[in-house]
Amino acid sequence: MSAQIFKDSDTDRKFRPVWYLSRGLIYGVLILWAIVCLFPIFWTATTAFKTAPDVMQGNIIPWIDFTPNWLGWRSLGLSPDTIGNESTVREEFLKRFWNSTVVSVTASLFAVVLGSCAAYGLSRFSYKFGFMRNSDISFFFLSQLILPPVVLALPFLVLYKSLDLLDTRIGLIFLYTLTVLPIVIWIMRDQFSSIPTELEEAALVDGLSIWGAFSTIVMPIALPGMVAAFILSLVLTWNEYFFAALLTSSAAKTLPVMVASQTGSQGISWWSMAALSFAAIVPLIIIGIILERYIIKGMAAGAVK
Amino acid sequence: MEDGDRLHVVTADHISDQRRRLGKTLVWGSAALMALIFVLQTLDGIGTLTIGFENWRPSLYAYLFWSTCLCVSQVLIRGEHGKRTLFVLPAALFVISMVVFPLLFGLVIAFSDWNLSSPDGRQFNGIDNLRQMAGDPFYWNAMRNMVWYTAAIVVEYAIAFGLALLLNGQIRARKFFRVAFLLPLMLSPVAVSWMIGKSMLEIRFGPISRFMRYIASEPSADLPAPLFWIGSYISDIGQWLGWASPSFFGSAGIARAMIMMMDAWTFIPFMMIMILAGLQAIPRELFEAAEVDGASKWRQFWEVTFPLMLPVSITAILIRIIFKLKLADIIINITSGGPGGATDSVTSFIFREYRDRSNVGYGTLLAIVYLVVIVIAMTILMKLADRWMKPRY
Repeated sequence: MSAQIFKDSDTDRKFRPVWYLSRGLIYGVLILWAIVCLFPIFWTATTAFKTAPDVMQGNIIPWIDFTPNWLGWRSLGLSPDTIGNESTVREEFLKRFWNSTVVSVTASLFAVVLGSCAAYGLSRFSYKFGFMRNSDISFFFLSQLILPPVVLALPFLVLYKSLDLLDTRIGLIFLYTLTVLPIVIWIMRDQFSSIPTELEEAALVDGLSIWGAFSTIVMPIALPGMVAAFILSLVLTWNEYFFAALLTSSAAKTLPVMVASQTGSQGISWWSMAALSFAAIVPLIIIGIILERYIIKGMAAGAVK
Repeated sequence: MEDGDRLHVVTADHISDQRRRLGKTLVWGSAALMALIFVLQTLDGIGTLTIGFENWRPSLYAYLFWSTCLCVSQVLIRGEHGKRTLFVLPAALFVISMVVFPLLFGLVIAFSDWNLSSPDGRQFNGIDNLRQMAGDPFYWNAMRNMVWYTAAIVVEYAIAFGLALLLNGQIRARKFFRVAFLLPLMLSPVAVSWMIGKSMLEIRFGPISRFMRYIASEPSADLPAPLFWIGSYISDIGQWLGWASPSFFGSAGIARAMIMMMDAWTFIPFMMIMILAGLQAIPRELFEAAEVDGASKWRQFWEVTFPLMLPVSITAILIRIIFKLKLADIIINITSGGPGGATDSVTSFIFREYRDRSNVGYGTLLAIVYLVVIVIAMTILMKLADRWMKPRY
């Protein structure tokens, strides 16, 4: 064996207590915060399987502290033994769930379509509507973000009443589109300005109309951004409570309104409340885990210029 | 891109007079139709005519028809340029009709006495609402609370920055931590208010109050002496903090802090991700250069990282403030403003004003005053931010 030429210096090979200490501290903080973030979700998920004595004794870990029980899910009509039977609660729940899905998906789609077109136009052409130039129009769109929902709520209540749009899904869809539109425009403007204009120029020279160039060339490139905007809008509209509480009463009631209306009446029957809350957050938890990349992409847009 | 050889023809911008006339007819015709329907409905509403409209939907449809005609006519009249306008026009029309019109309408409502449950209907009452607002201690209290809630963003920002730094470091299982830290943002505030506010913070059975009582309780005498000594010391601290009988929504200060914490819990991920994106965009060479120059980690942070992160930080904080000003859901669902209005935000206060008293006129005035305050405050903040963002050298 030939002599070793390169050696770690003694300082590198020494046991480094400070390094280990800082590693330990970093992971300690990370794990602590992960617990802070995850414990409420874990708590809700497990409480949905508890019975009254488990709740009162404060049992936490399933199978060790307590045996899981379908009590909470049975009251929703979603436990294995009741899933086949008729259940008014389940029907109510599914109706609200369906309302939430329809409203949030439609509103997000609508916002992404309107917002992408507007953002594309603003990032490519210069407009002049009266005194408003491009930057003014952009500001006009983005400034809607500042508008607190409460300012629009009561006028809309009265307007919708006279338009017979109270308690309809379409009414909610319009409002939700409005609330997420600035965010979509914010994200998409960022996306489009990172796509070189030469691509469309080439397409236009080759004979595509501007709409053709937009839909066949630019859209596929900007698709990840659109997905990000869509997911972010979906999260915001799915969770929206304020407008839904004011503008819906029975037919178009969404899931958050149902959850909120149950909290007061149930008293200590935590198992059913937990089951309901958990069922309301599960879709978004799944989306969050699977599509985390897009959500982060969406929120990071505009942060880095 | 895949079917790039499909031939498209550029529309020639030779617009015949006939086409231009058609476009103009379309716009003005549909506008006239809209005006006609609107006038008819108004007359019907006053009672001059009896046509018997059930609601104002016909006007809505007429407006939609006019908007469509306006969009189509852009292409008819202006050809290729019209197509460009059409990218922005639908969104602009949508926002104008959904914001500007209701806001103007809101201004009318704001200066009237209108209780939806009373049979009198709307009555103009001048500045009576303003006078009532000036003497409404609960409204000003809610405004003051909003200042507190907004001030809490500083702490949220510090925590978010710290977490972003940790996530940006060399750690294992980065993806797991990122997803775990992101999850609170995905949860609906209503569900959060039950999960945390109503069950985990429940005084008798909630895990948090149970844990606090456990801390404050005397350690069992079976423990070996040093452990017993530490235990009783901890329990003394616990008792001094009042953890023996925890109460979360009893006193004003603690209740407000709880609301702040729950709101922070859901929104820290938002700031964290924006800051993380900013951190990842800083070129590595800068840190290497700083290291070669012999800067300690602490100096590196304050001299390199923090100044470079200033624009991103300000953007994140501004957006966070905007979201914070809309805070209402958890307050409505957990405390409904109590105890004694200590946790009320402006939004939740107006929400209750409407729900308990159906007082549309007064509620709208409060909301519009709030909007004016916000717009002024945000303008000042943005001007200041602009100044801070400019490099100092």
